[in-house]
Parts: sequence; C-alpha cells; structure tokens
Amino acid sequence: MTAAAAHLLHPLGAMFAYPFFRHAFVAGTVVAIAAGAVGYFVVLRGLAFAAHALSHVGFAGAAGAVVIGIPAVDGLLAFTGAGAVAMGLLGDRLRGRDVSIGIVLAWTLGLGVLFMSLYHGNATGAYALLFGEILGVSPASLIVTTVASVAALAALAVAYRPLLYASIDPDGAFVSGVPVRIVGVVFMLVLAIAVSAAAQVVGVLLIFTLLVAPAAVADRLTARPLLAILLAVVCALGFTWAGLVCAFFVPFPVSFFITSFAFGTYVVVRCLPQPRFAFNARKLPWPRFRRRRNSGTHASRSPF
Amino acid sequence: MTSLVAFRDAGVAYAGRWVWRGATFSVAPGEFVAVIGPNGAGKTTLLKAALGAIAPTEGSVLIDGAPPRRGTVRIGYAPQIRPVAETGGIRSSDVVRFGVDGHRWGLPLPGRRSSVARERVDEALASVGATAYASRRTGELSGGELQRVMLAQALVRRPRLLVLDEPVANLDLASRAEFIALVAGLARDGGVAVLFVTHDLYGLRPSLDGVVRVAGGRVDTGPPEALLPGDAP
Repeated sequence: MTAAAAHLLHPLGAMFAYPFFRHAFVAGTVVAIAAGAVGYFVVLRGLAFAAHALSHVGFAGAAGAVVIGIPAVDGLLAFTGAGAVAMGLLGDRLRGRDVSIGIVLAWTLGLGVLFMSLYHGNATGAYALLFGEILGVSPASLIVTTVASVAALAALAVAYRPLLYASIDPDGAFVSGVPVRIVGVVFMLVLAIAVSAAAQVVGVLLIFTLLVAPAAVADRLTARPLLAILLAVVCALGFTWAGLVCAFFVPFPVSFFITSFAFGTYVVVRCLPQPRFAFNARKLPWPRFRRRRNSGTHASRSPF
Repeated sequence: MTSLVAFRDAGVAYAGRWVWRGATFSVAPGEFVAVIGPNGAGKTTLLKAALGAIAPTEGSVLIDGAPPRRGTVRIGYAPQIRPVAETGGIRSSDVVRFGVDGHRWGLPLPGRRSSVARERVDEALASVGATAYASRRTGELSGGELQRVMLAQALVRRPRLLVLDEPVANLDLASRAEFIALVAGLARDGGVAVLFVTHDLYGLRPSLDGVVRVAGGRVDTGPPEALLPGDAP
C-alpha cells in the first residue's frame, strides 16, 4: 500500500507507512524506556549535571567519529563510556562538583567544535548532534542503540537493590558489603548508554528532557522506587510518542514537542500538592486528594 | 569473653597527618561504650576504622578476632544524617528494608522472602516507635524521626555490633532518654556490643560500660568514672 493510500484510510496509519517514521518510533521507544529508568537514579543520586556533562563529552565523541569516518553513535558510546568510568571512579566525590564538571563540559564542547570544523563545517550535522534528529536515525545505529539499551536495562535490574541502597545511604551500603564504587562505575556506564541513546533522539543539549524530567515527574508522584521507575518510563514514552505524532502533522522540530510536553507535565506536577503517604490522612489538609492516594492501612498496603 | 572489636596501637592518617594514634581498646558483646570528643577530633574516623571502612595506617583493628571484612559480622550502622539530593527521598520503610536485603543483587521480587522481609521491617520500625511514619518520605521527616528510622535499619539486621554516629543529636529530652534506654536494653539483654558516638553525655552515664575519648590526636579509654567529668549525671 502506498503512503498516500494509507493516509486515506487513517491519518495515524499513514505515519507508519513511512520507514523513516517507523525507525524513529522504534528508536524513540527504546530510548524512552532506557532514559526513563536510568533517569530515576540520576535524580536520586543528584547526578543531573554530571549526566548533562556526559552528553557534551558524547558530542565531542560523535563529532570526532564523523571526522575519522565511523558512525557517530560509536563515537558517542566510546566517549561517554570513557567519561563515565572517570566520573564513576570519583564516586561520591562527584556530588557537588558543579564547577569542575562545568569546566570539563565546556572543554569537551570546544573539542566538538574543533572536530566539526575539521570536517569542513557541516552545520546540519552539528545541529542534529546538538538538538537531535530522531527522524534521521539509521537502521544501523538503531540496532546499536537497542542492543546497548537492553544491556543497560539488564545491568540496572541486576544492580537494582545495591544501587538504590548506595544512592540513598552510601556509607551504610559500604558497611553492609555493597561494592559501592563498582556499583557506581557500573551505573555511570549504564548512564553513558542512556545518554548516548537519548542524544540521538533529542540531541546532547536537550538530554534533560528524557533523562531527568520524567524521573522528576515520577518522584513528585510517588515515593515507591519501582513504581517511580515505571512512571518515569511511562512519562518518557508519552513525551516521545506525543512529540513524534505532533511533529508528523505540524512542521516543527520533534525535539521542540518532546521538550514542551516534558516541561508542561513537570509544571503541572509541581503545582499539584505532593502526596504524603501518611497514615493519619484525615488530619492532613486536602483530605480527598490524600486519601485517594493512600488507600488502605499500613497492614493492608501492597508492598510495591 | 572474646572482644567483638579490638583496637591495638591503631592510628589513622589522612594525607600524611595523623587524625589520632595509639588507640588500644576493646568492646565485648553486651558492652555499651560511648565515643566522645570535640567536633573534628576523629570520632567518625574511629567508627569507620571499627567498621572496616578505613584500614588503620598503623597498628591493628580486629572485628571478631579477624581483620574487618565488609559484610562478615552483622553490624548495624546508623550513620550521621546527611541530606539526600533534591528529591523527597523514598519511603522510610524502603530505607529500613535496605538493612534486610539492600546488599542483594537483582530486583525485589514478590514472594515469601519478600513478605518475611516486610515483616522484619515492620517489626524493627515498631520497636523504635517509627511505625507512624513508615510510609512517609525520608525527606519529610524531622531529624529525630530520621534517626529512629536509621536505628530501625541498624536493628533490622539483628546486629551483634551496633555502631551509632550521633544518634541522639536531634532528639528532645524525652525521646533521648527513651532512645538510650532502648539501646542499653539491646546491649544488656541482647548481648549486642554498642559503640555510641556522642558529644553530649547527658542521660547516658548510668548505662555506660566504658568510654573512648578522642581528642588532641589521642585516643584514651577507660571506665566512665575515669574519663567523664564528675558532674555529668
């Protein structure tokens, strides 16, 4: 069936008649799942700025890869991976190092500019790296991204409990036998994959929108870690899918729509009163709201 | 009785400077020992050496007769409270649950093991009177509430050694007396060895078996009456 014929049947069906859109949809889905899940720990560990810096390291890597003629996604993964190991070895000392991180960030961006100029100024390429070009994702980089994302999610599932423990209480985790530093490095590698994946969808400059915003929304809505991860994934999927659909019908960049949905959702959630999960819900203000989110007593509440 | 914690001529140096040296003391099961000293004297460093988180630069630290290896002896450790990141944090009961299976790999799958873990968490929270805020976020708790949650996390391991870093710093007088009685009971009746770091001895003295004083780069130890000023109750 031709794209035009599909369009006559159903406008949504028409989108999927285009291979570039199918690739974009699959890439967006994979990236949203990985970024949403990893993002929860980014927020929990206070690593938002480090994640942002990692994406800039990735920019230099992607630009460098283009110069030497290999796929940009390989350069992204290589550079973010190396940056992640370096940051992970710093461990807990990474927190509150905004100045040092910022200086490294600026330098890697400068390095990226150098590589772009060596490639004789392909402005479109730079634009795609910085702001994302999901509609141009190639099947080859889609495969690399999918494999890396599945590996990242598997690592996250295996390390889940020690990672959560070490994120909240690193000293306590260390004493009870969690290899805190190894868990930290593994997490940074997982983050590097998520950053590399998300950079292809929204670009290195807009990475927060998939990596931090969904997790921040989820953290406002629930204090249950697994539920928060699920919510973050759902949010990231929602932002990405809605952005793709909107961009299909309105000739604005996909990244604009994705970031707008993320921003809008975060604003709405921030304006809602935060559910408190207290037992004496009746004594608190906004009783209706609280009771709805706190059904049942301590004894009857479901574990997760 | 063999001692659970034994320091012998131990000293710790950071970047070529001694924090303290010459620490020689031991804590037997059931003993309640206070670690006192001014701010910055190295009390937390002493705890970390006892936990095996720092290796002594000189001398030796033995736990249960062997060099400390993380995760071998059941140690309940309640660290000094530090603010978590920008998030509201997770539920208190999740934090206590770390004490049961936080070190295990994988996802916490529902099942018998998980329900046993939840029972233990509820039990520990009840034993420190923290049931009321089990489902509240740690970020919303007061300092005293958070300290009870951290104690519950230490207790949920059924520890042989309980290491508490400034556990009563944020408590009002009544909660403080209650907290000290609770810990003293664990030492006396449960045979738990307790290392209790504090800069304020009020209400502690009757329960103590010994005092470790960290001050001026030295570590002195002895019975409470030898090291404490006479007017402390």
